[in-house]
Amino acid sequence: MTDAMPVGDRKPLAPPVDETGALGWVRKNLFSSWGNGITTVVLIAAVLWVASWFLEWALFTANFTAATGAECRGGGACWALIREKFRYIFFGSFPYEQHWRPLFAVITMLAMLVLSADRRMWNWRLLVIWGVGSFITFLLMFGQIHIPLSLILFVALVCGGIGLTLRSALAAPSERMAYYALVGIGAVGLVLRMVGALPAWSIAIAPLSYVETSLWGGLPVTLILATYGLAFAFPYGILLALGRRSNLPLIKGLCVGFIELIRGVPLISLLIMASVMLPLFLPSGTTIDKFLRAQVAVILFAGAYIAEVIRGGLQSLPKGQFEAADAMGLNYPQKTLLIILPQALRVVIPPLINTFIGFFKDTSLVLIIGIFDFLNTANQALVDPNWAGFPGEVYLFAAFVYFIFCFSMSRYSKYLEFELNKGTRR
Amino acid sequence: MTNRIVAAAAGLAAAVLGFAGTAQAGKDLDAVRARGMVNCGVGIGTAGFMLADSQGKWKGLSVDVCRAVAAAIFGDSEKVRYVPLTSQQRFTAVQSSEVDIVMGNATYTLTRDTALGLDFTSIFYYDGQGFLVPKKLGVKSAKELNGATVCVAPGTTTELNLADYFRANKMTFKPVVIEKVDEIRSAFFSGRCDVYTTDASSLAATRAANVPPPQTIDDYVILPEIISKEPLGPVVRHGDNQFADIVRWAFYAMVEAEEHGISSKNVDEMLKSDNPSIKRILGVTPGMGKALGVDEKWVYNIVKQVGNYGESFDRNVGMGSPLKIERGQNALWTKGGLQYSPPIR
Repeated sequence: MTDAMPVGDRKPLAPPVDETGALGWVRKNLFSSWGNGITTVVLIAAVLWVASWFLEWALFTANFTAATGAECRGGGACWALIREKFRYIFFGSFPYEQHWRPLFAVITMLAMLVLSADRRMWNWRLLVIWGVGSFITFLLMFGQIHIPLSLILFVALVCGGIGLTLRSALAAPSERMAYYALVGIGAVGLVLRMVGALPAWSIAIAPLSYVETSLWGGLPVTLILATYGLAFAFPYGILLALGRRSNLPLIKGLCVGFIELIRGVPLISLLIMASVMLPLFLPSGTTIDKFLRAQVAVILFAGAYIAEVIRGGLQSLPKGQFEAADAMGLNYPQKTLLIILPQALRVVIPPLINTFIGFFKDTSLVLIIGIFDFLNTANQALVDPNWAGFPGEVYLFAAFVYFIFCFSMSRYSKYLEFELNKGTRR
Repeated sequence: MTNRIVAAAAGLAAAVLGFAGTAQAGKDLDAVRARGMVNCGVGIGTAGFMLADSQGKWKGLSVDVCRAVAAAIFGDSEKVRYVPLTSQQRFTAVQSSEVDIVMGNATYTLTRDTALGLDFTSIFYYDGQGFLVPKKLGVKSAKELNGATVCVAPGTTTELNLADYFRANKMTFKPVVIEKVDEIRSAFFSGRCDVYTTDASSLAATRAANVPPPQTIDDYVILPEIISKEPLGPVVRHGDNQFADIVRWAFYAMVEAEEHGISSKNVDEMLKSDNPSIKRILGVTPGMGKALGVDEKWVYNIVKQVGNYGESFDRNVGMGSPLKIERGQNALWTKGGLQYSPPIR
């Protein structure tokens, strides 16, 4: 007792050198026992061996400058092929001199997606971002846009209708009058247009040369199919999921029937139906754009899957939430939009993003109806006899681009889970 | 049910967005003229026949036939809208007026020509089953293949033709039956079989693209025997004979030009030729264009912009291309082949 140091003077000894820092980490995690040590050494050797082989092939003996495929043969990777073909792989048969158009269309779409990923934009701004972004994208891709009168009237009708349903209790009389006016103009206008009292008039915006969808290809096609496929499928899926839980037997029956039917067939069969069977049912001489048909097939298909994911979220909510909302006197749209969906959607973020990633890649199935998305333009680059015989390089390149997109989506999902679950995390 | 949903949804969407295009039924030629473009259905990339190049422009022997039609109708071979189609879609697309011509490398058969409501206007390429062998085997003819191991895809007419051919020639063979094309190729190039058999055009594409590095294209030969008939032709739908005539004669003009020695290089000098046939063909003596319902300079435009058949063949699939296919059956009738144009007069 007597030789004990006074309490205030006691200093903790520094831990042994091999227990801290990098050395300690290595010791603890990689060489904690003989077995672990051997495994570590063997795995490191294996990784190094594969990496050195890959680098040898992909970098040191690779050919970046060959003018033809024949010059490329025999060495390592033939990246000259990618150099020669990357513009085709990215933009397909879009007129070569105008490749800046799909380039900026892709940039616009990416900007639109990045902006709408920010939670601060999740309000009226989202509509503006998507409206402007979509307009620029399609103006660049088509070169010319014609907005028919009936579409303008239809939009007026829908906007007015949505406003009335959601804000009937909250809105000031003047705001409500505006909604009534929109609905009135839209409905009357559409009826007049249908009976032929209004002429077939449209706004033409045509700053660039027109490029048809049959010339579209590569990354813009993949992005448009996936982005708009999911953007439309998401609200559609929500409606289907709500419909499936509805008490009205007809609505419930229709939704269940649709979901089960779509989930019961492969996407390929739906695409083939849309592209091979559909034209035979249409009156002779009428054709619907092939790209639009594929887009609609993707929306229908994705909608059914998203509906099932969202239904999982709806079912996870305790009954008390529904009852509490009823007790507050909220009507059905208010209850659904303000109480139910925000909670249900938060729960299903991981499976939802999983579905999104799956669909982003599934869009390459459109090859079977002759649409060249990114993977398919890469495939076409392989057929060229001047450059044939290097499938590895092309598929690695395509895989790399796909990975960038899918990995970003996956990271975003993680961030979103973190953000939205702040309230419930312990 | 699915169709109806798809149809209804697509129809609604199209009506709302105004995407729907309406072609005039019946008079295809009028529709083409009004549109200012020939809608040409092409297959998904086939080397030498139809393939988008590095700049995304469609090129190939089949594509040249569409360009010739556009040159005949509009005097401009660029006025073609290419619509990529898979083999499931191609006939529906032409039946439903989505395209005017299908160049999908479709074999001309009786049922397709009749029951499907289609017309094959001519034969622009005589394909058929052939044999690819390594040069070191020293084989010069398919008749020397007795006892060979043959790589072949299962359950196809190719397999039946092969058996028939060997039986008829009193030879035996050992089949190596492999389902996937890629695997057949690697089996053949790794030496698991002596012979690879499929359509000759496809053999040429395989030889151009898939020979593994130390060896080269010259280490493999396609034997001269062709043991089946796979004539490829442009397809149009029934109902507009004038348009079908233009498609037919646009191709024949290329063959006729080759026969008379008119090429894209000398066509301007040929305008001054004294030969009455050449004068008729090039429209110096008018009449042919009027009979067909196109400009009198139609052949001039085709040859000037697309070239004659020999030039197109050489550039796309022949010796001037990586495929290096011999003219063989596709030589002119004057040179022992089958390409024969009825006279333009």
